[in-house]
Amino acid sequence: MPLSDIWFILIAVLFIGFIFLEGFDFGVGMSTKFLARNDLEKRVVMNTIGPVWDANEVWLITAGGAMFAAFPHWYATAFSGFYLPFVVLLLAFIIRGVAFEFRNKVDSKAWVKTWDWAVFIGSILPPFLFGVFFTSLIRGLPIDGDMNMYASFTDFINVYTVIGGVTFVLLSYLHGLLFIGLKTVDDLRERANAAARKVYALTGVFLVLFIIFTYLDTDAFTDHGAILIPMYGLVVVLYGLLFFFLKTKREGLSFTMTGLVLIIVMASFFIALFPNVMISSMDPAFNMSIADAASGDYSLKIMTIVAFTMVPIVLAYTIWSYYVFRKRLTGDKEHLEY
Amino acid sequence: MLEEVLLARIQFASTTLFHFIFVPLSIGLALIIAIMQTMYVVKKDEIYLKMTKFWSVFFLINFAIGVVTGIIQEFQFGMNWSAYSRFVGDIFGAPLAVEALLAFFLESTFIGIWIFGWNKLPKKLHLACIWLVSIGTVMSAFWILAANSFMQNPTGYVLQNGRAEMNDVVALLMNEKLWVAFPHTIFGSFATGSFFVVGVSAWYLIKKRKVDFFKKSLTISLVVGMLSGLGIAFTGHAQAQYLMHAQPMKMAAAEALWEDSGDPAAWTLFAKIDVENRETTKRLDIPYMLSYLTYSEFKGKVQGMNALEQQMIEKHGEGEYLPPVKTTFWSFRIMVVTGGTLLGLGALGLFLMFRKKIMESVWFLRLLIVGIFLPFIGNSFGWIMSEMGRQPWVVNGLMKTADGISPNVSAGQILFSLISFSTIYTILGIIMVVLFVKFIQRGPEEQPEEDVSATDPFETGGAGHAIK
Repeated sequence: MPLSDIWFILIAVLFIGFIFLEGFDFGVGMSTKFLARNDLEKRVVMNTIGPVWDANEVWLITAGGAMFAAFPHWYATAFSGFYLPFVVLLLAFIIRGVAFEFRNKVDSKAWVKTWDWAVFIGSILPPFLFGVFFTSLIRGLPIDGDMNMYASFTDFINVYTVIGGVTFVLLSYLHGLLFIGLKTVDDLRERANAAARKVYALTGVFLVLFIIFTYLDTDAFTDHGAILIPMYGLVVVLYGLLFFFLKTKREGLSFTMTGLVLIIVMASFFIALFPNVMISSMDPAFNMSIADAASGDYSLKIMTIVAFTMVPIVLAYTIWSYYVFRKRLTGDKEHLEY
Repeated sequence: MLEEVLLARIQFASTTLFHFIFVPLSIGLALIIAIMQTMYVVKKDEIYLKMTKFWSVFFLINFAIGVVTGIIQEFQFGMNWSAYSRFVGDIFGAPLAVEALLAFFLESTFIGIWIFGWNKLPKKLHLACIWLVSIGTVMSAFWILAANSFMQNPTGYVLQNGRAEMNDVVALLMNEKLWVAFPHTIFGSFATGSFFVVGVSAWYLIKKRKVDFFKKSLTISLVVGMLSGLGIAFTGHAQAQYLMHAQPMKMAAAEALWEDSGDPAAWTLFAKIDVENRETTKRLDIPYMLSYLTYSEFKGKVQGMNALEQQMIEKHGEGEYLPPVKTTFWSFRIMVVTGGTLLGLGALGLFLMFRKKIMESVWFLRLLIVGIFLPFIGNSFGWIMSEMGRQPWVVNGLMKTADGISPNVSAGQILFSLISFSTIYTILGIIMVVLFVKFIQRGPEEQPEEDVSATDPFETGGAGHAIK
């Protein structure tokens, strides 16, 4: 396998890790509005991801850095092409990141309310924008022969990409609710699980719509149907199983199901793209292939060595950090950091 | 095209300079807090625990802003500078990816564990976490400077496929620029953290509040600050020597030297620079000094911009090759003055401390409060000198800044992002100052640690627990 393919897979893995981990961070952020009833509950909800959200975001930073290093053309075309959506994405990440830290630093209702909104907006916009990003990536974007992308509003925002965005928002929300169910006790835990049961149907509808529109609006099934059909089939099965796990209150298994659905959906984008990294809607000849976009072999070799040494270490201490904070939060007021 | 280049440059400069307010303070405070917590674990004296917790309030607020402003940095190469990204991604992107893998994961994971793990982990393991954060911040600086050093002094590459591709990772990492810039930046960062603690402690000592607590803080930070000041001076000297042979145009601009200097060369303290007529008048010179700075001996001459420009025209063809001379010249001086002042403050402070006269020297304590701002000024102007002095190149000798921008991004889009980012950065800046003032005035907490149960597994401790 050429090194550039390995890096394509590695970047997929980084985005998969990102959506699995930040997925529940986003969902937890949304839950501060929809689930938490008072200030204490909001704080408990935020504290469930307190020790980990920052590191979870690094998966995205690393994915971006890896794109830059391994596929400079992909990075350059996509990041300049998605200029305005990315400005919005960055603003969302900025306000969310500082909100956790700032929120409890001033004893004023208006202050706290402002940062609550920042957490909410900063948690709902990114999954939507990532949904839009990945769906429009496989749908095709106006990329010219010089690898420059000149997208108009409807290239970003159309029925398919909005479905993709909403699907990511709902899946993240569900994933986050189930995470809260795992990390809290008593009433909050009950309500998180109840809210998950409530949002289950709507999320399912969007998930199905997403699969249908992927079929209608992209070439993914024509090119990769043999892999995508079983994958999406598995998504439907897992999502069906989730129904029973929610009903029987199997919290760990429920959370695993939403996690797996997110993972498979994210993986499906990369399978749909392969062997391209970007698809041109102007002319298939302008599609950017993995080989076209990649760095030289020497550079990829060096980075492969670093990645294969470091990723296991990173995974080890990441798992350890979740182990350290494995206990549920009671909501004892004195003991919340955020 | 001109408009886009200008706007993209303003955006890069403003977001980067803003980001670099927080980065050095984080690097410096992480070290000082790690030292304080080590003293707590070793000496088992509660006061060091209180110190760790008090100073970590500022560290964490600052760290949060540093993290979020850092995300933009990674995105904007691709967003505003796509032609540059295509050209250098192979060799410039690699250190950024390694930085994320090696440093970002480390610092962000362990800072989470450290903040929330006060009573969950054994003391020594918890202490190890803050050291890992500190190491992470320093490693992060190394890799980002590895990338920046390539822009200043490209090494380890070959030009093929229309871009600079890596062909020698050892040459990339052994780049001379990296090994003068990295220690210089790190010492500058340690000084930033130190003089923040020094200045705040001085304020308390003037007010005679919590004298024991802040005297101890002052001692630790003065020692670190003084050592950092020495480090800054030595590595600054190494930078000048490096510049002389690797980026002579930057050095000549930093000296506003049009014609070749005499031998030995004098260092100009002040001068009136006339860029249009290419002359520098009313120089106030320190004889021999430039020769010493660049060659470590009191002889040797330095080439001027006129001759260097001619060489560049011969090599790269007709064009503009002068960096903004006045900016480079004055930035260099501001940086040198702040660095020298810090060293002086550190030395005098330790002397007064040693003679046990620091408490009476209110005038000096007042100076130390002003000293908080000096490292920030020095850091910023150091970078302005370094990056402006590299112009018109984005990668020295390989690619001009104007050729690096995204052809598909309009001036309007850049203006929109520039306004958005500046607005939110201004708000963040104001909030940071307000919060810092608030927590400085509030001071270390009065109540003993016992009322935060040490046995409760859900206790998250840390700095913020009793704030609201």
